[in-house]
Amino acid sequence: MLAETQIQTDWETVCQLDDITPFTGVCALVGEIHIAIFRVSDDKLYAIQNYCPFGQASILSRGIVGTVGERIVVASPLYKQQYDLATGECLEDPETTLTTYAVRVHDGSVQILN
Amino acid sequence: MAQSKQKIIVVGNGMVGHKFIESLVTHEDASQYSITTFSEEPRLAYDRVQLSAYFSGSTVDDLMLTTPSYYDEHGVRYLVNEKVIGIDKDAKTITTSSGLVEPYDTLILATGSFPFVPPIPGKDQDHCLVYRTIEDLEAITASAAESEVGVVVGGGLLGLECANALHNLKLTSHVVEFAPQLMAVQIDEGGGALLRQKIEALGVSVHTGKNTSEIVAGTERRYRMNFADGSHLETDMIVFSAGIRPQDALAREFNLTLGERGGIVINDHCQTSDPSIYAIGECALWDNKIYGLVAPGYSMAKAAVAHITGGDVTFQGADMSTKLKLMGVDVGSIGDTHARTEGALTYTYFNQPEGVYKRLVVSSDQQTLLGAVLIGDTSDYGTLLPMMLEKMPLPEQPEVLILPAVEGADNALGVAALPDSAQVCSCHDVSKGDIAAAVADGACDVASLKSCTKAGTGCGGCVTMMGQVLNSELEKMGVEVNDHLCEHFAYSRQELFDIIRTKQIKTFADLIDQYGSGMGCMTCKPAVGSMLATYWNEYVLSDKHIHLQDTNDIFLANMQKDGTYSVVPRIAAGEITPQGLITLGEIGKKYDLYTKITGGQRIDFFGAQLHELPLIWQELTEAGFETGHAYGKSLRTVKSCVGSTWCRYGMLDSVSMAVLLEMRYKGLRSPHKLKMAVSGCTRECAEAQGKDIGVIATDKGWNLYVCGNGGMKPRHADLFATDLDDATLLQYIDRILMFYCRTADRLQRTSTWMDNMEGGLAYLKSVVIDDKLNIGEDLEADMARVIDTYECEWKKTLQSPERLKRFAHFINSDATDDSLAYEPDRGQNKARIASKSMAPPTDAERIPVTIAK
Ligand code: SRM
Ligand SMILES: Cc1cc2nc3c(=O)[nH]c(=O)nc-3n(C[C@H](O)[C@H](O)[C@H](O)COP(=O)(O)OP(=O)(O)OC[C@H]3O[C@@H](n4cnc5c(N)ncnc54)[C@H](O)[C@@H]3O)c2cc1C
Ligand code: SF4
Ligand code: FES
Repeated sequence: MLAETQIQTDWETVCQLDDITPFTGVCALVGEIHIAIFRVSDDKLYAIQNYCPFGQASILSRGIVGTVGERIVVASPLYKQQYDLATGECLEDPETTLTTYAVRVHDGSVQILN
Repeated sequence: MAQSKQKIIVVGNGMVGHKFIESLVTHEDASQYSITTFSEEPRLAYDRVQLSAYFSGSTVDDLMLTTPSYYDEHGVRYLVNEKVIGIDKDAKTITTSSGLVEPYDTLILATGSFPFVPPIPGKDQDHCLVYRTIEDLEAITASAAESEVGVVVGGGLLGLECANALHNLKLTSHVVEFAPQLMAVQIDEGGGALLRQKIEALGVSVHTGKNTSEIVAGTERRYRMNFADGSHLETDMIVFSAGIRPQDALAREFNLTLGERGGIVINDHCQTSDPSIYAIGECALWDNKIYGLVAPGYSMAKAAVAHITGGDVTFQGADMSTKLKLMGVDVGSIGDTHARTEGALTYTYFNQPEGVYKRLVVSSDQQTLLGAVLIGDTSDYGTLLPMMLEKMPLPEQPEVLILPAVEGADNALGVAALPDSAQVCSCHDVSKGDIAAAVADGACDVASLKSCTKAGTGCGGCVTMMGQVLNSELEKMGVEVNDHLCEHFAYSRQELFDIIRTKQIKTFADLIDQYGSGMGCMTCKPAVGSMLATYWNEYVLSDKHIHLQDTNDIFLANMQKDGTYSVVPRIAAGEITPQGLITLGEIGKKYDLYTKITGGQRIDFFGAQLHELPLIWQELTEAGFETGHAYGKSLRTVKSCVGSTWCRYGMLDSVSMAVLLEMRYKGLRSPHKLKMAVSGCTRECAEAQGKDIGVIATDKGWNLYVCGNGGMKPRHADLFATDLDDATLLQYIDRILMFYCRTADRLQRTSTWMDNMEGGLAYLKSVVIDDKLNIGEDLEADMARVIDTYECEWKKTLQSPERLKRFAHFINSDATDDSLAYEPDRGQNKARIASKSMAPPTDAERIPVTIAK
């Protein structure tokens, strides 16, 4: 069984939930990594890498969030590839999968598992 | 070398003569021929089929089918105003009116026809005219200016077209027809009766069964026409349109075989009785028939070219079915309209309240279609014509072909059932198979089909059918064709716009709740965002709208390849003070931005990072600059030339007008971006004819051009109205733009919008100028609301600390994006990115929406 304290230090607070307008994303710096965090309904959050391998720029947090069938996706603002927010998979090119991160809301704070 | 070329002389440079030349000079053996053409008219070939458009604003230039430079480029010698008056068949020379004698190896007679004027005493007076050439139209216009009443003698196709022209010239118009009905050649009695009713309802009087016996001086008007039955009609002018006669004078005089009632006899290769002389077009008689339409003439031209160059195409006759709109009335005539075939049976559907008449003529065994007449609704034309031509088996109950679709009954046979050989476009002889092949090669909208097959670019009558073939081919390929915006909304953009308008919906959330499903996507969100903005013009970055915007709109700037942004302040009409330029220069320098003059007459700064955008815009707004909406599907620039304030040729102040337009429509969100331009005179330095809205000054006011663009598929704008005053100009543009916003598909520029609209330019004019749909005021009111609620989005954003929070690369750090790197190039920064291994852009924006109806 893990110690309480351990779990708490591993979750890093990056912003408040209110900082993210519903259905949009923000980019957070966690260590050296740029992470895109999306708020898709009142309190449902997803986190994936912010860097788009096709556009080769750190921009995914600025894409449009929506659904394709049952999958919740973000579309890259550069060349419009769509990524499944839950798995990181690229819909246009399933060979490409982005890193996903665990994210939660804790006392109104948005936290990433470091 | 030159000596060995075969000398070809083409007498007559009309539609068919030109087609012959065009086909020969683009033939692979073109270099073996030297071509000379003589035209009796003062200009090279023009589009006679569209002649009437001259009355509604088309210029001679618009009508031209070719240019001197095209002929020069292809080494074609041409002499205009030069009539050929003699042929020496033995010496193989021709003589012209100015005395030139020219040798030929092959002679092509493409002399067309002339209008038949019945031998009525008094027919040769002033104001008694015909309708065939541009000069004729000029004479009609001049005569109409001195007249109040006009009569057209002849109630056939051309006569009615001419009556419409007189009507539009504001004359009290009459049609006098010898036969007991209108269009007696093409349609049956029932159809003629309905057509008459419709035409009379438009204010043109129709007199059938009238044989004019003389034209004498009138008592109230200039002339009185006395009819054989004792009645009479007074009028100021008369246009004879009582049929055409083949122009066969040369053949007659120089002994080529003629038909009994005229026309130069030709064989399947279009050769006359002298094998070195060919005749093509309306002057030729094939199988005892004269073809008074352009498509058969084109086929003859091709057959003649084939025979001369050793090809194997021959002329095999042509179908004379027609579909057209006469004075706004749809008329279709297919095959044996009078049921003259032995044993023919007919089916008739007559809906008097709606003014629709349809008649089918079928074979005695009811197996094949022989003919059809359609008045008031020609939507079945495209299905019926190939059924007749291809002798396709009829459905068990042939009447379903003309009965209106009733809920539950599926009577449409549809284009899918047609064989590949079925002709879709008769003007350019394009078959269903040709279109299918083009679709398979990637053409997926009507506009691209037009450009790669030429179908639909003649009379335009086949465009609807092209659309149907397109959709059915796409469906076959597994492409889902419907006009739904995306998987989240089972509505077209146009339908959603109507919903937003009539149900007064203000947010995406409400719209998707009530009319959609799911969460939305990158297709519907920006599209709905744009519609809401067009209609309500609310601040696009408010919480309820922000998630709809593409990244460019979210940050009010255009994202560049490295994730940085460009900054484009509005420089209305390209007019900027020296101080304004200095300020811009200073800002560019301070933020180390790559700076460039755009193709739209303004200045673009590149390489601004997210957090720098508010700082830059703070300085810009303080200096009086507003957002340029370079990021939006909205008005970009109104380009202008310097105009009458400085230019020695300027007719009007083009800069002031351009500023006025740019300030009026700035901020209007539209289905796609909008560009405009204003030129001070016809030299057109602002390139207005390449814009969605183009305005050119004349000595009488503004000429308005619409629906042009540059870009991927440049399209010249069409002349919409002439000599407008400022107020009318703005009124028309208000209406056009708002109608576009309401009815276009997403990401459809004005050109494709208009080209896909049934009726095209003429329809748009009727909506905007004649207010046919009675929505003019409504459109203006919608536009007024947009204009009144304008505010600079950057100014508003700078006032909101909440909003400004978004303008940082990280939500939790002041650090900037460390992945950016620049290298200098010609003294400025240039974005640098590691060598690309990028998958091809999906370019979702470019997938066209097809019309499935
Ligand atoms: C900056 C500029 C090029 C320049 O350095 O001169 C430019 C840049 C872009 N053009 Fe353009 N176009 C620019 C003038 C033009 C012109 C010339 C003109 O307006 O007179 C044309 C052809 C005229 C026309 O549109 O009819 C033009 C035809 C296009 C097209 C093709 C449109 C089409 O219908 O085929 C696109 C693609 C699109 O819109 O889908 C495009 C798209 C773009 C985009 C938005 C591409 C993108 O998504 O990144 C570029 C970004 C602009 C930015 O970051 O600021 N740009 N573009 C010009 C900005 C003008 C301005 O002041 O706003
Ligand atoms: C108002 C109008 C509307 C029409 N609408 C349609 C339509 O909707 N659909 C359709 O298919 N057809 C339509 N037509 C018919 C169509 O225009 C003709 O079928 C077509 O123009 C025939 O082409 P052509 O080259 O044979 O004759 P033309 O186009 O008449 O060309 C013949 C040319 O030869 C010249 N010429 C004659 N003799 C000599 C000589 N000795 N020396 C030098 N030059 C000479 C003439 O001046 C003329 O320029 C319409 C015609 C008119 C007038
Ligand atoms: S379009 Fe005419 S008025 Fe304008 S700059 Fe050119 S020449 Fe001068
Ligand atoms: S039939 Fe005339 S353009 Fe196609």
